[in-house]
Amino acid sequence: MHWRLNRDRLTAILVILPSVIAILVFVYGFIGWTGWASTLNWNDMMPIPKGAILPKADFIQLDNYIRLFTVDQRFQIDLRNTIVFTVFFIGSCLFLGLGLAVLLDQKIRNEGFFRSIYLFPMAVSFIVTGVVWRWLLNPGSADSPVGVNQLLVNLGLPFLQSKWYTNPQALFILPDSPVGQFLHQVGLSAVTTPNFGISVAMLSVVLAAVWQMSGYTMALYLAGLRGVPDELREAARVDGANEVQIYQQVIMPLLRPITLSAVIILGHISLKIFDLISAMTGPGPAFATDVPAYYMFDTVFRGNHFARGAAIAIILLVSVAVLVVPYLVNAIRTEVHR
Amino acid sequence: MSAGNHRAVRPSRILLYFVLILAAGFFLMPVYILVVTSLKSYADVNLATMWALPKQISLDSFLSAWNGDPSKGTIGLSNNFMNSMKLAIPATILSAIVGSLNGYVLAKWKFPGANFIFALILFGMFIPYQSILIPLMLTLQAWGKALRPLLENVQAWQVPIYLEWIKNLVQTYVPAYGTIGGLMIVHVIYGIPITTLIFRNYYAEIPDELLEAGKIDGAGFWGLYRYVLFPLSVPGFVVVIIWEFQSIWNEFLFAVVLTNNAASQPITVALNNLAGSYIVEWNVQMAGALLAALPTLLIFIVLGRYFMRGLLAGSLKG
Repeated sequence: MHWRLNRDRLTAILVILPSVIAILVFVYGFIGWTGWASTLNWNDMMPIPKGAILPKADFIQLDNYIRLFTVDQRFQIDLRNTIVFTVFFIGSCLFLGLGLAVLLDQKIRNEGFFRSIYLFPMAVSFIVTGVVWRWLLNPGSADSPVGVNQLLVNLGLPFLQSKWYTNPQALFILPDSPVGQFLHQVGLSAVTTPNFGISVAMLSVVLAAVWQMSGYTMALYLAGLRGVPDELREAARVDGANEVQIYQQVIMPLLRPITLSAVIILGHISLKIFDLISAMTGPGPAFATDVPAYYMFDTVFRGNHFARGAAIAIILLVSVAVLVVPYLVNAIRTEVHR
Repeated sequence: MSAGNHRAVRPSRILLYFVLILAAGFFLMPVYILVVTSLKSYADVNLATMWALPKQISLDSFLSAWNGDPSKGTIGLSNNFMNSMKLAIPATILSAIVGSLNGYVLAKWKFPGANFIFALILFGMFIPYQSILIPLMLTLQAWGKALRPLLENVQAWQVPIYLEWIKNLVQTYVPAYGTIGGLMIVHVIYGIPITTLIFRNYYAEIPDELLEAGKIDGAGFWGLYRYVLFPLSVPGFVVVIIWEFQSIWNEFLFAVVLTNNAASQPITVALNNLAGSYIVEWNVQMAGALLAALPTLLIFIVLGRYFMRGLLAGSLKG
């Protein structure tokens, strides 16, 4: 089949051309600009000369990046927080999502009703979620607890009260514990500092994020479960498998691609999380709930550290790309083959 | 069928429903506190009894969130609610039209390199917007500077009072830093990947034979779109419109960076400011949150099925 330009085909190209140009400029051009800016010594207000797109700042190669990874305490805390958030957020969403999907798959009466209740938080802005959970997880004081703490007291479970997101502590491996001593001996004593710990306050943000996204994970799994042919379950039953074995040995392996999609989708949300932090806690005590996306916003739009912010943005982009590009390439390939 | 088929409720079923209801309680807890707090009168609002039902139904907090409180110098969310409408509705319609045309071209008028162009567009979907935020702000500021003479010109127009709205319209939608129009353009541009993806996949399902028949009847690019594709597009449009509306309504990052003045800020930014303010009581913050959530919640309740389809398609969007 030979493609030859004609009037209609030209029209088609002209129709899509503005979008392609917009994407080239606003996505690729702007990413290029940010990458370039991240190599400049541009960390205060500088005028941009007429006709230029960047100020006359010195080219300092990768100094902004090196500074972030070596001397910038805040950024290192942010990296720790992002890892903690990502691990707990993805883990909880997968666990809760799969659990709820399996339960809903048991021929539940009013299944649609339950499904909607688990799913509706997706329709709400992270800002709304943040504002509400800020009050729910406001610890109040010992005498007059607020929010969830108050509810726990009302339910006769006062020992479950927590300082939630106001807790500045980090859980980490103590240097004089057996594990800590072992790590010291193998030259990993850095691991026994709070920088490699779990920020307790971050777990409160995880709770709010899980509230918002676990229903979505459930919907993904439920769609997967509905795709498992009944004959397969029937065949396993005939072979003498019980219900638990059917899930373990027949259904779970079939859900693996869904877990992969869910990890990628949730992972890319957690790497970029900004709205929820902004509305719920901000950077928190001792940056306990700070994340790179929030730091970037703070340092550029409040501190005029443009190049540092650009460097953080590029680090974010690269980390998301590492996660998503292989998945996307694979998806497009199968799409084209179809 | 097994032998003992009479309907006895097994304990495992009871446990099953118990767990499902417990989970529902977790998801509904914030809604309960939002609704209960919003409906309490000022006299009834007390942090010490925040889980109690209202003694009487009152819209005090709602009205305070909507109108503001002049005695405290706070302005209400009504203006920001309308800003979000003025932003989300036209941006959604424009996005849907652009996406539909792009999808049509990429599904039915494949040119050499069309798949590459599609991948190029798709990549823009998942980028963290931090990576384009600084040049985006500078660009909109530059547009604002370039368009200022025009705006001043418009300001100076002597128009009859019944044409005043044209002046307002121009000021609202001029594409610049700090205007609703600027934010709208941004949402349309960064909405291109997702809307194009949804429509392309939707149109790919429509058999080529339908178009061939139209071509034999002499229809060209626009004729085929107008008479064959567009009439079949309604479900695609519903999915895209719902998805775009909810994501623009709920969006925060672009809004907080690109609108610097209270007069043009969407509701997410205003709510975030409200929640960060120490002079605004918590019950008013709750009512504000409910207000900000209401439009998209209503859409979810009424059109949940289409909502889900958009979610599955758009889950990787920035």
